Amino acid sequence: MEAAASDRRGAAGALALPLKTAGLVLLLLSAVVLGTGLGSVTVPPGEVLGALWRGVTGQELAGNDVIVWQIRLPRVVMGVLVGASLSVCGGAFQGVFRNPLADPYLLGVASGSALGATIAIVAGWPRTLIPVTALLLALAAVTCTLILAREGRRFPPNRLILAGVVVGSVLSAATTALILRGEDRARQVLAYTLGDLGFSGWLDVLTVLPYAALGGGVLLLLARALDTLQLGELTARSLGVPVERLRLITVVAASVATAGAVAYVGVIGFVGLIVPHVVRLLFGPGHRTLLPLSALLGGALLVYADLLARTTPLSQVGIVTTLLGGPFFLWLLRRQSSE
Amino acid sequence: MSSPASSPTSSPDRLEAHDVHVQAGSFPAVRGVSAAFAPGEFTAVIGPNGAGKSTLLRALVGLTPVTRGEVRLAGRPLRDWSRAERSRALAFLAQSEGLPAAARVRDVVALGRGAGDWRFGLLPRSPWTAEDEAAVDAALDRTDTRRFEDRRVSELSGGEAQRAALARALAAQPRFLLLDEPTNHLDLAYALEVVRYLRCEVAGGLGVVAVLHDLNLAARADRLVLLHAGQVLASGRPADVLTPAHLHAAYGVRVRVVQDADRLLVIPED
Repeated sequence: MEAAASDRRGAAGALALPLKTAGLVLLLLSAVVLGTGLGSVTVPPGEVLGALWRGVTGQELAGNDVIVWQIRLPRVVMGVLVGASLSVCGGAFQGVFRNPLADPYLLGVASGSALGATIAIVAGWPRTLIPVTALLLALAAVTCTLILAREGRRFPPNRLILAGVVVGSVLSAATTALILRGEDRARQVLAYTLGDLGFSGWLDVLTVLPYAALGGGVLLLLARALDTLQLGELTARSLGVPVERLRLITVVAASVATAGAVAYVGVIGFVGLIVPHVVRLLFGPGHRTLLPLSALLGGALLVYADLLARTTPLSQVGIVTTLLGGPFFLWLLRRQSSE
Repeated sequence: MSSPASSPTSSPDRLEAHDVHVQAGSFPAVRGVSAAFAPGEFTAVIGPNGAGKSTLLRALVGLTPVTRGEVRLAGRPLRDWSRAERSRALAFLAQSEGLPAAARVRDVVALGRGAGDWRFGLLPRSPWTAEDEAAVDAALDRTDTRRFEDRRVSELSGGEAQRAALARALAAQPRFLLLDEPTNHLDLAYALEVVRYLRCEVAGGLGVVAVLHDLNLAARADRLVLLHAGQVLASGRPADVLTPAHLHAAYGVRVRVVQDADRLLVIPED
């Protein structure tokens, strides 16, 4: 009787994974079509698909096709890319720190990026330089955190988290000081650092892509090692996993991908925290499903959030994700604790 | 006191500590321990808190560096074994590290199968084969965990979870299994059950070394190593180690040791 029940559960589980995955793929596709179609000029889904087809097959673009390809699509693709990056990195961070509250900004990437952008904006540098300084300072911030947390050849998780908090606070203070000095540009700084996909063009997409691909690719390869780490650090080591190396590579790969993303679109909150939790709830904790499916769901969610930002007075995608993500995360926590 | 512990010659299939010293920070946790553990033998490491039991166990698996002396496995120094070989030969069950609550039992056990099978330590080396699947099945069967292999760890009782952890360790088909207080937090029935499962594995040729706190449970082992202040106070058959004199020297407590049928009972007197 009990064996039969567990068999049934097993069979349902085997079927559920492809079904739910297909659901996520559909969600992502619908996000792309709707995100491309809706806006000040509405392009119906059929026409969006037609325009995509004409562009891919190299036919001449006319009318709404130009809106789709030149304005809407880069923004949507950027949304997918950034949402996927943040979610995969969030999942990897939660796994490597064995801490459900970890997110991709844990080690100071966000504050570094914000400071970089602020410097460029307050100094009045050209727009194209903003992401470059943001990226450089984001990577510098993580490097600082790693140096501060280092203990011989080890990077103990608690020291990493503490060093990340310190680096983040110091850089935020510096950012605030800069904003106060360059008051007339405060609005621009705020708009940038709150997260906005609005400026994204194809060149930006192509610049972010290698960071996302490299970081995300490395993290996907580490999935089984991350699974093993969930048995505990000692057990993982006894199974032959060099935990220190795993931790360092995960942190660096995730930080590079995150830095690439936030440098171009600003600090978009809560996506990297929440998406892995939802995927874990739906598919279980294994990183081999968690990481790739987080990419799908994160990509789709960010495009929908951006759609809300464009069509409501919430105005910026970072505001939408935080405003909706915060309460949702609380609900998730309550649900889990009541189980 | 019989002392097979400090045997001078290396045996082909034994796990041996030769004058092992381990420094924990500035504190000498293990100070010159020599002991030998054989396959098909159940050894319990006993001793008061802070005697160096857990540290010795970690040194035996290669998780803690030995500052002086050496650990040998099958006659070869443990540090000459590659990480992969070592983690396949020696399975370790940590004391406090729980299993991931949301994971399914079978998935947890399958992770144990990955022992030593890593490229750069990080990428799975070989594809999952029918042989791996069979080893996982066998580990589940031998611990009677198969009927709840699809349940999540959070849905298990303490005893069931410990058996799942045991299955995880057995999945790699190790030569030795070292356990740090495997019966901690378990009630009497579950603690006996764990020892019973270990006994079965020992009968099948596995070498088991377990740190145990409960002396009456430890009395069921084939051999005992009694540690005190980082050194071996006594080792050998339970009847030779569990004497009032030894236990008073180690724990500072007066005890009576009673032979009940074929079993020893340690009764504190106060």
